[in-house]
Amino acid sequence: MRDLATASLDVTRAWALSPEVSLRDEAFGALAYHHGNRRLVFLKSPALVALVRALENFADVNDALDALVAPNERARYLEALRSLERSGLLRAR
Amino acid sequence: MPANSSLRDRFERGLAAPICLTWELTYACNLACTHCLSSSGRRDPRELSTAEAKALIDEIAAMQIFYVNVGGGEPMVRRDFFELIEYAVSSRVGVKFSTNGTRLDAAAARRLAAMDYLDVQVSLDGVDATTNDAIRGDGSYAAARRAMDHLAAANFGPFKISVVMTRHNVAQLDAFEALAASYGAQLRLTRLRPSGRGVDTWDELHPTRQQNRDLYHWLVARPDVLTGDSFFHLSALGAPLDGLNLCGAGRVVCLIDPIGDVYACPFVIHEQFLAGNVRDAGFGAVWRDSELFTSLRAEGSAGACASCGSYDACRGGCMAAKFFTGLELSDPDPECVFGHGETALANRVAVTLPSPKEDHSRRVALTLRSRVVG
Ligand code: SF4
Ligand code: SF4
Repeated sequence: MRDLATASLDVTRAWALSPEVSLRDEAFGALAYHHGNRRLVFLKSPALVALVRALENFADVNDALDALVAPNERARYLEALRSLERSGLLRAR
Repeated sequence: MPANSSLRDRFERGLAAPICLTWELTYACNLACTHCLSSSGRRDPRELSTAEAKALIDEIAAMQIFYVNVGGGEPMVRRDFFELIEYAVSSRVGVKFSTNGTRLDAAAARRLAAMDYLDVQVSLDGVDATTNDAIRGDGSYAAARRAMDHLAAANFGPFKISVVMTRHNVAQLDAFEALAASYGAQLRLTRLRPSGRGVDTWDELHPTRQQNRDLYHWLVARPDVLTGDSFFHLSALGAPLDGLNLCGAGRVVCLIDPIGDVYACPFVIHEQFLAGNVRDAGFGAVWRDSELFTSLRAEGSAGACASCGSYDACRGGCMAAKFFTGLELSDPDPECVFGHGETALANRVAVTLPSPKEDHSRRVALTLRSRVVG
């Protein structure tokens, strides 16, 4: 069950890949599969894959974006994280 | 690869492991559907043993193939059926399995309902016994409905009702939708291909051009109906249907048959599309290195479809449908929405149909090996 309070990506909180999700590296990025809701999602850049994997090491999403994403790419990657969150792939820590 | 190349182009060149892996556990089946894609009936004595099947599951898990589509034959007639699917699920390989429902009694339904990462598809090809049993055999409609009742009683959750679309059931789409709703089930529609025993029955069973058009519009209005991506040839009619819209054979799709033979897709059980066997160096070696899969991933040409404005949506359709109707792979799909496939078929004076490499039908069926068109 999803906690309603975490139902959208709060960039000031700590997030991580859901334990229900498997990632498989591919040349274009990765495939992510949520074993619970059976969603298959394509991560279309290796940099996004690295960001998603690293989320669990940062105190919040802002820190992770600061460390791993160029400023001019920030909005694009944040939108990608939001859409992953909507698919249930991320969970708040 | 250029940075702007689309995901579909990338998929056409193949992935580290399949997205959609079908594993047919057995050729044994207690039914004898007239359109069976694998000509099933008799068990093959060379079938993978329980130990071999588990080793294969280990490899599937190591390759991070997230789920397998388990079929047959009738997978539930294997004595180790539950042992194998429970092993897969505990290895974090999800199982989506297709069954005719005849062995799905109350106890089996309860056991299935207790498992995570498991989807069940009960096959039903007509919304009434007359339509269904004409294809799937006497009593098969009642058996499938009993299986659905057992799943519902066991609180399995949203199982799937899986329908192969034919000339006789396109008119029943709304009734299928209502039937699925009455069980809280999901409806799954797939395309009839002229594969296996279907090579003999496709001519009279495949939907007409008008029915395909009706089906397309019905699907566009219902994005929640599952299709296994099988109607992308109809995307030439307008907005593309949901899905990857490409022939995934050997690129994102493949089949492991009951004896471990690996084919490019479940609908091409023929030596021309046989890539190797898992008993040799494992499945991964076949997937990554086989000559056949390498060539399927090479840049293809649009062939006779090159001048078609809808090629980007339809990609020339289904390789299996062309092959088993006697068309060239560079021809349009036999069910090309513009009729170019019918023209291509009509222009051929004599069409020699390929016969399946292995026929496990229980009776010696009359296999129509050639026919004259036109
Ligand atoms: S001509 Fe070829 S690409 Fe065009 S719709 Fe027909 S099968 Fe599809
Ligand atoms: S051959 Fe046909 S059924 Fe097989 S993957 Fe290609 S389009 Fe799908």
